[in-house]
Amino acid sequence: MQTVTREQLINKAVALLADGTVKCVLGWKKGEFDYDVTPAVFETEEEIRADFVWNDFCGANFSKYLVAKTRQFDGKILVFLKPCDTYSFNQLLTEHRFDRDKVYAVGIPCAGMADISKIKEICGDGISSIEADGDYLSVTTIYDDQPIKVEIKEVLAERCLNCKSKKHVAYDELLGEEGDVIDSNRFDEVAQLEAMTPDERFAFWQKELSRCIRCNACRDVCPACTCEKCVFDNPNSGVENKSPANSFEEKMFHIIRAFHVAGRCTDCGECSRVCPQHIPLHLLNRKFIKDINEFYGEYQAGAQEGSRAPVVDYTTEDLEPGEVFDRRDTNA
Amino acid sequence: MQVNGYKPLIVAFCCNWCSYAGADLAGNNRLNYPADVKIIRVPCSCRVNPMFVLRAFQRGADGVIICGCHPGDCHYTSGNYYTRRRMALLFSMLDYLGIERERTRVEWVSAAEGAKFAATMNEFTETVAALGENKRLEDLRCKQ
Repeated sequence: MQTVTREQLINKAVALLADGTVKCVLGWKKGEFDYDVTPAVFETEEEIRADFVWNDFCGANFSKYLVAKTRQFDGKILVFLKPCDTYSFNQLLTEHRFDRDKVYAVGIPCAGMADISKIKEICGDGISSIEADGDYLSVTTIYDDQPIKVEIKEVLAERCLNCKSKKHVAYDELLGEEGDVIDSNRFDEVAQLEAMTPDERFAFWQKELSRCIRCNACRDVCPACTCEKCVFDNPNSGVENKSPANSFEEKMFHIIRAFHVAGRCTDCGECSRVCPQHIPLHLLNRKFIKDINEFYGEYQAGAQEGSRAPVVDYTTEDLEPGEVFDRRDTNA
Repeated sequence: MQVNGYKPLIVAFCCNWCSYAGADLAGNNRLNYPADVKIIRVPCSCRVNPMFVLRAFQRGADGVIICGCHPGDCHYTSGNYYTRRRMALLFSMLDYLGIERERTRVEWVSAAEGAKFAATMNEFTETVAALGENKRLEDLRCKQ
């Protein structure tokens, strides 16, 4: 259950709009169903009271939206940030992607977000409404008269099961209570894959990546992907869309996508959340994070504003590319 | 280099200031290295974008080797240090996706090391030839 309520957020937003501190509010808007919450910009109190939502499906990370919105609006923008969003926020500030003075950031605690596909596995299709009820969600479908009770813990999104931090690393104001950095097991899955033989790993990734439809949603949602021109938009590249012939272009896409955010990825998990094919994209990003931690020392992107990303840095004592494998073989 | 009638295609990215001159020296000294090695001259080993490596595999390379100046000797002071980090991460990622780790390599070859250049290329070509054709990162659209 989320510890701050929708009313608290609405009151905060309305108060800041009324006293002129902010010009608009970045928040979550109700979609057609209770679970398809979409990011939206609110400019008036009426809009906020009518459409603003805060529930267990408000997964969207607003940090990236600030890049475009701070240019579009003259005044300040109010943005609600969950703990993991604040890491992306810091990372974008480090890269000078938006003007900090044009943002009023309100940190809000997060108890983890639910994954609708996990709920659908339990309750089936035809969900007409979902309401929070303590530690449970009561899910009503068009086929049943009685709502089905689902424990939130059971349907948490993968990134929330392995939450790395409940601590906000950047904000102007905090609603609710501050949490702590968590000692998560987020690299366990990567380690399991590393322990497989190359043939098994290839089979695993071939199976996962061949589902890719190259919708580019992972790129579009990623708060680290903020280039205005993207290498994957080049129609002459041969990898700009799904090839009917073979799987090279999706391997290339996913390796390069992950590489381009290596050292800058805060592991917010948005890529896996938005993937319509449920490809575990975070496993690629986490591999880079794990490698960087092992090779060049512990580094959490976004934890500190102004920190230097390991991939644009070096020491004269770095390990050689050939030693990467010797190291792993001796560790194993 | 032929193993059961199969000739590998090796793409070598060579830094203009050292390895490319090293290759030249190998030629001047009449040292043998396989003709399957196709050299691409780059201004610095850090010019090699990870995309170049994947693109080489896409277009039919069976092995990719990047040659640069020894760490500390970069013509541009620090380029090869960046290469070292980038390629360590890229190779580790390729291995994670199950692509044979022997197909990729970084080697530091100075302009004076003609013999090392020839020896490296001979050894690398042999390794790749033993692995056989690159099947895991091939693009059928690029096959003839």
